Amino acid sequence: ASTLVLAEHEGGSINASSVSAVAAASSLNKDNSISVLLAGLGPSLQQAAAHAASCHPAVSQVLVADSDKFTYPLAEPWAKLVHLVQQRGGYSHIIAPSGSFGKNILPRAAALLDVSPVTDVIEISEPNLFVRPIYAGNALCTVRYNGDSPCMLTIRSTSFPVPPTSADSKDNEAPISQVDLSTFGEDSIGKSRYVNQTSQNTERPDLGNARIVVTGGRGLKNAENFKMIEKLAEKLGAAVGATRAAVDAGFVPNDLQVGQTGKIVAPELYMAFGVSGAIQHLAGIRDSKVIVAVNKDADAAIFQVADYGLVGDLFEVIPELLEKLPERK
Amino acid sequence: MKIMVAIKRVVDYAVKIRVKPDKTGVETQNVKMSMNPFCEIALEEALRIKESGLASEVVAVSMGTAQCVDTLRTGLAMGADRGIHVEATGALYPLSVAKLLKALVEVEKPGLLILGKQAIDDDCNQTGQMVAGLLGWPQGTFASKVVLDKENQVATVDREVDGGLETLSLDLPAVITTDLRLNQPRYATLPNIMKAKSKAIKKFTPQELNVEIKSDLEVVQVTEPPKRKAGVVVSSVDDLLDKLKNEAHVI
Repeated sequence: ASTLVLAEHEGGSINASSVSAVAAASSLNKDNSISVLLAGLGPSLQQAAAHAASCHPAVSQVLVADSDKFTYPLAEPWAKLVHLVQQRGGYSHIIAPSGSFGKNILPRAAALLDVSPVTDVIEISEPNLFVRPIYAGNALCTVRYNGDSPCMLTIRSTSFPVPPTSADSKDNEAPISQVDLSTFGEDSIGKSRYVNQTSQNTERPDLGNARIVVTGGRGLKNAENFKMIEKLAEKLGAAVGATRAAVDAGFVPNDLQVGQTGKIVAPELYMAFGVSGAIQHLAGIRDSKVIVAVNKDADAAIFQVADYGLVGDLFEVIPELLEKLPERK
Repeated sequence: MKIMVAIKRVVDYAVKIRVKPDKTGVETQNVKMSMNPFCEIALEEALRIKESGLASEVVAVSMGTAQCVDTLRTGLAMGADRGIHVEATGALYPLSVAKLLKALVEVEKPGLLILGKQAIDDDCNQTGQMVAGLLGWPQGTFASKVVLDKENQVATVDREVDGGLETLSLDLPAVITTDLRLNQPRYATLPNIMKAKSKAIKKFTPQELNVEIKSDLEVVQVTEPPKRKAGVVVSSVDDLLDKLKNEAHVI
């Protein structure tokens, strides 16, 4: 097998979920040759390429597409690039991490290659047999890819952890080569233009990737009280989440919603306050390692999935937690 | 300008799904079916664009079994002008849907194609990107804000990306896929439900659109995820903090 990994980079290094995609590629089979594809412009790209070359011992080579067409990660030029590189390299698999970058680009590239991609792979059973969650994780679907090469996947990075050892070891430096872009067509490029990017809350970790998530439900009663959740999150260095009920009641904006139609999270610690445990909410948190629930209703459904439940009034529990939690270093 | 919106019939989001004992899929018999929530948002956006005077017609498209007509009627009751049903039995994977949509775009020539970012049944999140690729149109996926400039034929789209918002400017025609924050879909009123009964739904078969339905994917089995076990009930905040620190090692 030979695999092409689409990597995302920022500030001169490739991001952690792209390294997870390499880890997923290395689990396909033993003799897999892994090429990491990076695109961008200038010195920060070349710096990221050097990082990619030593990010994981399984990397065989790094391919770099350096052009002003790739200054921003737009789907149109990127999908075309994947198409071009696939035609030259004839890879058996193409893998991207399933964040907003991979999910935007990979299906478009797959359509150009006339291939059905597989989204959100959480387990690779055989080189063409994959497990992925459907119905927001309420069922697991095993799918077999029977088509021609390449088989294209986005992978959930939480399912393919990278061992901390061997990272950045200089012994495993893979060769870096530049992609020849002389035959890169211009059609359908330039119809989309990057305007800007705003980070919503740089102080707080992103809900999808946070190690700890603190969520408030309808039990918070109003937007003013919801600030207690934010305070607790701050103290824990956690992301803030909310249930659909809390969002619908106007306590917080939609982008904090966790659940089937909101964000799917899988943190190490998930703390739910005043959350009843509606099906569609539980669907979004079931892969969390440790779930804590605080609710004054002892019969709340959330207690059926919580590792640690505390039956009590959150208006007493949260202040006590704020007082007793150690200061963050 | 005409806007085309793709809508999918799925198991209602509030239903607790059941995996069939023979592991062939999820039970959909005698289960409440609804329009996919992301598709409702897509349709709502198209209707708002039309109501602001920037579009002349909204065409809703659905694909699958005969029951998709019910979902199209819901779309017409929300305010779509007419419907198109591509009747197909058996599994329709996103690549086939994208090819059918491309064929319909060539018939209808819309200036904008809006889809939900994903369906809450298969959670694929692919069709919009794929049809954009097949058409060679620019794409604005996971949109939380859409502003149309009719004069310059440009759509400005705010996209929900990991950890922030990205703004893109797209030449029309374009494909947009909708995220949750874009709008709050309206409910169909009774007079509009009555009116929708007389709106036209045109039927196509995949053959008429010259699309061969095949797939390179095969569902081997569908299973229930491992169940979480209920844990312990702690008696106090001190007890909880002790467990989190010394047993779970998460704080």
